[in-house]
Amino acid sequence: MDRHVRRLDGALLLGLAAFVILPWYGLESGIWNGSWFASYPFDPSVAPGAAQLFLRPGFWLLPAALALLSVLVLRFTPSGEKRGTRLAFAGGFGIAALVTEGLAVGYQGWNWSGWERLFGALGDGQPPFGLGAYTLALAFLLTLAFGLAEKGRLRGDAFVLGAITIVVALVSAFVLYPLLSLFIGAFQAIDGTFDASSFTANLLDPSIWSLGCATGSGACGIAWRTVFLALVTGLGTTVLGLSFALVATRTRFPFKRLLRLLTILPIITPPFVIGLALILLFGRSGVVTQWLAVVTGFDGGRWLYGLPGIWIAQMLSFTPIAFMVLIGVVEGISPSMEEAAQTMRANRWRTFWTVSFPLMRPGLANAFLVGFIESMADFGNPLVLGGSHGVLSTEIFFAVVGAQNDPARAAVLALVLLAFTLSAFFAQRLWLKGKSYTTVTGKGDAGRPIDLDPKLRLAAYGMVVPWIVFTVTVYAMILVGSVVRTLGLDNTLTLDHYAKAFSVSYGENGIQWTGVAWNSFWTTMEIALASAPLTAALGLLSAYLLVRQRFAGREALEFLLMLSFAIPGTVIGVSYVLAFNLPPVEMTGTALILVICFVFRNMPVGVRGGIAAMSQLDKSLDEASLTLGANSFTTLRRVVLPLLKPAITSALVYSFVRSITSISAVIFLVSAEYNMATSYIVGLTENGEYGVAIAYSATLIMVMVAVIALFQLVVGKRTLRREAQTAAPATLAPASALAQETPA
Amino acid sequence: MTVPLKPGSVRFENVQKRFGAVTAIHDLSLEIEPGTLVTLLGPSGCGKTTTLRMLAGLEQPSAGRILIGGRDVTALPANERDVSMVFQSYALFPHMSIADNVAYGLRSGGLSRRAAHERAEEGLALVGLNGFGERLPSELSGGQQQRVAVARALVLEPQVLLLDEPLSNLDTRLRRHVRTEIRELQQRLGFTAVYVTHDQDEALAVSDRIVVMKDGIMAQAGSPRELYEQPASAFIADFIGEANVVPCDVVRTSDGRLGARLGGMVHAIRADSAREGAAKLAIRPNAMFLGDRRPGFLDGRVLSAAYLGDHIEYEVETAFGRLFITDPAVETVRPIASEVGVGLHDRGVALIPA
Repeated sequence: MDRHVRRLDGALLLGLAAFVILPWYGLESGIWNGSWFASYPFDPSVAPGAAQLFLRPGFWLLPAALALLSVLVLRFTPSGEKRGTRLAFAGGFGIAALVTEGLAVGYQGWNWSGWERLFGALGDGQPPFGLGAYTLALAFLLTLAFGLAEKGRLRGDAFVLGAITIVVALVSAFVLYPLLSLFIGAFQAIDGTFDASSFTANLLDPSIWSLGCATGSGACGIAWRTVFLALVTGLGTTVLGLSFALVATRTRFPFKRLLRLLTILPIITPPFVIGLALILLFGRSGVVTQWLAVVTGFDGGRWLYGLPGIWIAQMLSFTPIAFMVLIGVVEGISPSMEEAAQTMRANRWRTFWTVSFPLMRPGLANAFLVGFIESMADFGNPLVLGGSHGVLSTEIFFAVVGAQNDPARAAVLALVLLAFTLSAFFAQRLWLKGKSYTTVTGKGDAGRPIDLDPKLRLAAYGMVVPWIVFTVTVYAMILVGSVVRTLGLDNTLTLDHYAKAFSVSYGENGIQWTGVAWNSFWTTMEIALASAPLTAALGLLSAYLLVRQRFAGREALEFLLMLSFAIPGTVIGVSYVLAFNLPPVEMTGTALILVICFVFRNMPVGVRGGIAAMSQLDKSLDEASLTLGANSFTTLRRVVLPLLKPAITSALVYSFVRSITSISAVIFLVSAEYNMATSYIVGLTENGEYGVAIAYSATLIMVMVAVIALFQLVVGKRTLRREAQTAAPATLAPASALAQETPA
Repeated sequence: MTVPLKPGSVRFENVQKRFGAVTAIHDLSLEIEPGTLVTLLGPSGCGKTTTLRMLAGLEQPSAGRILIGGRDVTALPANERDVSMVFQSYALFPHMSIADNVAYGLRSGGLSRRAAHERAEEGLALVGLNGFGERLPSELSGGQQQRVAVARALVLEPQVLLLDEPLSNLDTRLRRHVRTEIRELQQRLGFTAVYVTHDQDEALAVSDRIVVMKDGIMAQAGSPRELYEQPASAFIADFIGEANVVPCDVVRTSDGRLGARLGGMVHAIRADSAREGAAKLAIRPNAMFLGDRRPGFLDGRVLSAAYLGDHIEYEVETAFGRLFITDPAVETVRPIASEVGVGLHDRGVALIPA
């Protein structure tokens, strides 16, 4: 059993190093700088935890120290079930102690007034956690897992228990804790004191809930406007998506491959780009507006800026997503059902309305709810097109960054938005529970789907063809707009916009990145590259735990991971600002917070892809490896991961691309030092520099097309070599994963 | 390859397994002698696979102890138990060559790559697949894949080899061949094997002992002959080789021996444990033949008749219910609805306690 002792020794040494050697609190200049070493170890700002106990004096560290001490003592007792229980308790207590003291003691002293009365006022508070504190937390988590393993939980599998503990801890810290902070933030007045009256005032604000437009006495509240927009977008994208799916599967439409191509558009298009292109077309000085004014003398005015414009932009952005959801639904209807109906004397019209359509109904509801959530969460288009009449997501943003600077109002608005999207998410879950009518069962389904009834075909074509023309125009606008001086006013061809954004010069000091875009471009690439592997690793590990392990709370964890699909990016942005701006965890303004934000925003995609791919892998492969003497870590490394290679690649590329196009959460978290491409572009549009903004967007789109093409090439090759059984689902993963995501 | 020198015994002591509210195994106690092949047989859902998986360490018993080679392994995870398993789906790793597959367990055990591959080659030779090492599993036929799975499990020289429905993915003709191979290998190398199947022919053909399970309990255990000839219950009689189970009376005949009375007919029985009174008779379909109605035969009426080449299958209505009869007399087919007499052979009739 020396292996069990060795792993415990590892955790123990980690914990001791964390408490006795590493600087306990966060360092102003960063740990890599090294300048902190000069005053180490007796300056309170750099001292390790053990010294903090006496220096500050940080007596609040005492419980954690005792937990560590008890682990040290337990190390020398004989191993067994009893010791396992005690170790697990010590680890759990240590974590609880760290969390409690971190939340209880802030910069100024006690955060909780009740504790001040209990323990007396503190002369000095504490700065945010640093390397030492985080490492000790990790050591406690490992101790907890190893203790449970020694107790014999999950067949004594220390690796699986450790993985579960760490995933749960991470999700709690970066999904649950921010949401909790949001909730608390909603009840705080500007000076940080608890204030329920401001909460009710904010919540009942007539500018949110007013029904004035219905009664004819003014404008409607922002919540109703958002819901109305989401309903209309949900309906519209569902109808269009269904038309597309029917055209793609049940007609002899000549450009079907083009239709499939449309599905990657929303992945590669930054969310506000459509809005920008619409401005170039229909804005005050847009091409179409100008042309109309010249020809008919009709002044279009500002109709685009507001709900109509946002709606059009959202229709363009989200129809491909509805298409992706619905094509699966339409293809899932077995041709034999329709053939059966036809043999019973039903014509194509009757077959469609009595058999095909009812079978699609759950899928349609799902597509509607996806469109609803997408629209609610959309931030880029309303930001560009909303003008003064925004929706909830932009209103949240302006509450934080604008002249208002009212975090409590932002938190309340975020809660309202969250309530709407979560309701839609729950509705979706409930509705879809046991209601899938997928009738294709596998091999036995012969037959070809029947062609659409002529009347229906005409209707579908009537929607699809104009829409394609429109989409192509919009994307062409992006390209054209980037190479002319000012579209509509001065149509001379120029590369000035690209030059301004991406110019490079060779000087004495080598290459000079003189373009204005380079800074944010490289930051974006670095952060996307850093977060992609973390996202894939964490996502696939979670998928492995969810699919392959049975543990208490498994369903709750799965639910939690899927739930983050329904949390709008804006809500995440606000909640991260509220959660990670003060001790115990302070990281706003760093690159780290951007990476973490991306990891937890994109992780559900990795989880979903991993679950899909792993469900296709026969479980007896894992079991065979176990009975052949390999432990579960080796099994994961040598059997499961090699078979999941396509899913891994797909998760990597997908999270990379999404990190580049994301805007809603990021815009709250960027700083002067770490600015991202998307928020930089938004800044450009706010300054009216549409040309450069469009050029930058076009470049981003091309970069992502290149990345995806490369990825398709790699995965495509793999598919040829390997059994179709393992590769096929994984290549589909990004599409199916997207079917339920919320946009950035 | 050297013969495994350490065939282990297996012992289940009052083992229970519950999945939530469902009890899959009620209080199972079982002893398996070293070097024997024991089959766990039963209809689907009877708990036989769960039993095997608990032995492998893939499931944990809710109560009770499991011993392998005299050592308590109840708390040991699968990778620390000295057993190996052949899976129903074979579970060959599709991304590894055959040689890597067979060497996998040896490498996990810490053997060098070279030594592991040498042993793997020996293992493949054992199942007649030398020279296939470089191929991928997908390049082998089903029967060959099955043999690789056996080789992969055997090279570890486990105390016990577990086989979970190893033949169910093979076609009927191949199945007979492979089961003979497995049995021959087991007898040649002398390892202990636990074999799960729902196919009673397979169980009868390969086993030293058969454990029949039903609804999570052991219904009967014994040699193939004991189970066939002395079934302890109507379930066993019908499950092992089909039987018509009819009520009868055990009576003492005029010569002082015991006989089973069935209507007007008395059938001599040999079972020493039988007592006078109500009992049941399990009659194999081929233990009956049709003739004209006469005393000493059961009166019957033909309900259906199907010609199957070497015999005819009849369903006959009698006072004791419908009887399923296979009659080798194919020259004359009794027409449907004809009045017949049903006679009994000496063999193929077993008395089971009521």
